[in-house]
Amino acid sequence: MFDISNYREALSVKDAMTYLKEDPSSMVIAGGTDVLIKVREGKLAGSSLVGIHKIDDLKGICKDANGDIHIGSLVCFTQLEEDEIIKENVDYLGKAGGTMGGPQLRNIATIGGNVCNGVTSADSGSMLVCLNANLKLSSIDGERIMPISDFYMGPGKVDLRAGELLTDIIIMKEDYEGFTGKYIKFSQRRAMDIATIGCSVMLKQKGGVITDFRLGYGVAAPTPVRCPVAEAFAVGKKATEENAKAIGEKALEDVMPRDSWRGSKAFRQQLIKELARKAIEELAGLRGGQDA
Amino acid sequence: MLKQINITLNGVERSVEIDERESLLEVLRDKLYMTSVKHGCGVGECGACAVLIDGVAIDSCIYLATWADGKEIRTVEGFEQDGELNAMQEAFVEEGAVQCGFCIPGFLVSATELKETNKSYTRDEVRKALSGHLCRCTGYQKIVEATEKGLEKE
Repeated sequence: MFDISNYREALSVKDAMTYLKEDPSSMVIAGGTDVLIKVREGKLAGSSLVGIHKIDDLKGICKDANGDIHIGSLVCFTQLEEDEIIKENVDYLGKAGGTMGGPQLRNIATIGGNVCNGVTSADSGSMLVCLNANLKLSSIDGERIMPISDFYMGPGKVDLRAGELLTDIIIMKEDYEGFTGKYIKFSQRRAMDIATIGCSVMLKQKGGVITDFRLGYGVAAPTPVRCPVAEAFAVGKKATEENAKAIGEKALEDVMPRDSWRGSKAFRQQLIKELARKAIEELAGLRGGQDA
Repeated sequence: MLKQINITLNGVERSVEIDERESLLEVLRDKLYMTSVKHGCGVGECGACAVLIDGVAIDSCIYLATWADGKEIRTVEGFEQDGELNAMQEAFVEEGAVQCGFCIPGFLVSATELKETNKSYTRDEVRKALSGHLCRCTGYQKIVEATEKGLEKE
């Protein structure tokens, strides 16, 4: 039995917001694949939980009249990977989610939970940061929309206020249209493992020249981060193997990886350079090989 | 925190009193005696506790029993029909995919989920579909081969 002090099942967004308001100490549980582990470990033992598992309104993916994509916070990773709107417009986000855990976890773990858990290794994190995703946070007192990069405050810390529920992840049309993207996860095992480094690249090119470029990492800093120095360096450069390598090296100025039992700082720095190079080469059509 | 839930378990409607703090794994094993569902790691890493919930494989150790209310749950106990093993069970036997056997119910759950899509899969796709299960005996080769054989049956 889990050490839970109270459990309330919300059947609608309004229910959830009401329950969260009534008990400000309560926490949201969605798929449970992070929360229940932390309860088991003791980190969240004794928690009062508001279950949102059954709120169907948060399980949709749609494209609005402006072309912006809305992903409900309860969309699980299997759904994200298989969804036609995602496949057509931001397949690389679905594929990034498809590297998380294993199939049974992806069948229930949600994208909203992945974001709110706030860890740097979240496989959707660095790609959502590259996509300039906006988060809609709803509470009984109103709603606010904020960029995901501002939402991440530190390891396991996000700007989710008491009474708030993440309801919608919004990707604006200008943030995906015309881009190709690639997420490369480096981990010790190909499944059921946490990234040693996760690298997200988005790229636009015209006539062999990089016209727009976004680079983000997980596990290269306390939160998923973008690489403004490397991005500025890349734009306007020819898409060549030499430049792909140079951009990867430049990324080291943007990140601050550290030693952990999963990998040393030096190894992570090597991965940061190499994964960016590999992703750029693949997106720019400079290599035929298949990567992880 | 007691609550009554209604589920369809292997085709039979069941009503069971649960505690909202219980995992589905605990309810299946201790209250409904579905002991094919194994308690392995307890944290969603080994897949030994996988069951089909509305046809989708889920690790029952980190699934609150209360969420199962109104859903269709299937375990290996319900796989055989009229004394006949299902295609995956047969293939696992024929290929000798089983050593100690602890992980096998979980593998059968994911393999059966795959079979029920009626699609064909490459070896890489089969391996990916089974990648949420750990086996400490077999080295996976026989399990992958059995799953491929099961997919071809009928």
